[in-house]
Amino acid sequence: MNTRIAHIAFNTFREAVRDRVLYNLVAFALLLSGAAILVGQISIDIERLVVVNLGLTAVTLFGVVIAIFIGIGLVSKEIEKRTLYTVLSRPVRRWEFVVGKFFGLTGTLVVNTFFMAIGVFLALLYVAHRIQLSDLGILTALYFIVLQFFMVCALALLFSSFSSPMLAAVFTFALFVIGNLSEDLRGVAAVAKGVSGWIATAVAYIVPNFAALNVANQVAHGETIAGRLIVYNSLYSLLYSAMAISGAVLIFQRRNLK
Amino acid sequence: MNSTRRVTIAASVILLFTICGTVAALRALDRMRSGSTFREVLYISSPKAVQRMSLGYTGLVADLYWTRAVQYFGSQHHQHSRDFHLLAPLLTLATHLDPKLTPAYEFGNNFLAPAPPNGAGEPQQAIAIAEYGIEHNPNNWKLYYGLGFIYYTELKDYSKAAEAFSRGADVPGAHPFLRILAARMAQHAGEFETARMLWTTTLQTSPAKDIQRNATDHLRALRVDEDVTHLEKLVDLYRQQYGLQPQSIVELVRAGLLDAVPVDPTGQPYKITPDGRVEVRNPDDILYITKGTPPNYEPPRPKPDTQK
Repeated sequence: MNTRIAHIAFNTFREAVRDRVLYNLVAFALLLSGAAILVGQISIDIERLVVVNLGLTAVTLFGVVIAIFIGIGLVSKEIEKRTLYTVLSRPVRRWEFVVGKFFGLTGTLVVNTFFMAIGVFLALLYVAHRIQLSDLGILTALYFIVLQFFMVCALALLFSSFSSPMLAAVFTFALFVIGNLSEDLRGVAAVAKGVSGWIATAVAYIVPNFAALNVANQVAHGETIAGRLIVYNSLYSLLYSAMAISGAVLIFQRRNLK
Repeated sequence: MNSTRRVTIAASVILLFTICGTVAALRALDRMRSGSTFREVLYISSPKAVQRMSLGYTGLVADLYWTRAVQYFGSQHHQHSRDFHLLAPLLTLATHLDPKLTPAYEFGNNFLAPAPPNGAGEPQQAIAIAEYGIEHNPNNWKLYYGLGFIYYTELKDYSKAAEAFSRGADVPGAHPFLRILAARMAQHAGEFETARMLWTTTLQTSPAKDIQRNATDHLRALRVDEDVTHLEKLVDLYRQQYGLQPQSIVELVRAGLLDAVPVDPTGQPYKITPDGRVEVRNPDDILYITKGTPPNYEPPRPKPDTQK
């Protein structure tokens, strides 16, 4: 990686840590340990199921909230504090700034997810007293969650490159919700006819597809995830993130910062 | 070329490439995960649990499940699958989340009760859903009609059908046919006429296109069943009068037993087989017929279910 991008990414990560973003881990730990103790007392036969479902859902929601609220401020905060001008007055190109910010935020989320994953496995160990081989499917689910974060970060960065932080948050969150229902949207598009069918199809393919990346239920039930799904999901998420980042670069490149 | 321009061109090229790439990857994912949405949504099959998780937006979630039920049935039917086992839970969820979702009850009557490949072959589930609908919409006569319809067409339980039609006939604004249907069920007579009345009422009162098409197909099949029954009686009559088997329908016309050569709903004339039975020319072209087919005839074999 370009050293300038690496520097920006590292600074973004450091700033996030300084902003006490990783404090969410305390809330996550409290939630999961509380749930594990409670579930252990009141559930019959579904302790493992509840902990895996709750754990993976919490990892997703905590991460998405962080991705949105930090992602939308990445550009605007730099403009507001006027630090962007200092950065861009050095030999740093605008695209390097955008890409660096993206890597910095995704890095923060990867670290955050790593600790939360440890929490999930500890809670699982507490309720089930052992980790089975089939529990390794949770790692795949966590990997897919990280892929979702890549896409959400890229979208947050795209929206923050041209709109206010509030609007960017609304747009990104709306796309996160729509993206989870995208398979229904494509189903509707498939049966719609004429111009509305074309529009629905176009929209269905432009919005992110988070549904395929949500395998929490399957892994909670001990189902194995097909290798092809891992390959295609990785490919799709990386391409989608690259698409949103190139859009952000194109917009930021032409933005008047005066 | 300055650096800004270079970056713009490079980013545009990447943008175009990634758009094409994401669409291609998404299509591959869709092919791989075909039908998974339906399976996944039913990991939670308890309507109460889904109700709580919907945070009060039960109407919206019900619409979602209803849409999924229609899509599920459509996609399975399109693939000639005989497996519709998710239809009942999807409809149950949709109707429990929104008990006033009357199209879902109507859909259940028409496609949950009939045997595969035309439906899920679960009449008891269809009855449970219809009864739930009546419980929550006691003033909707169509729901009683649907219930009676299942009892009559799928279970041949005439007394239960009569009771359902009779309850429906008491609802203010009910279709006048309901009273007649109740009486006919009680008499258990004139089966063709009663069946025609049922399907015609369905055709006239249902706004849903797929239900209308289903009713039209049944009316066409009824016409064939009735024609074949009538023509086979004429063949018997001819045999009694002339002491030999008629070779074709034309001979029945020549003998004055018919005014003209009758045709089936596809426009093809009926034929008489050497053993004196009356058959349609292309039974595969007329759905739901129970008469006029070759011995041991089976409707076209469905393709294997590819969603599993």
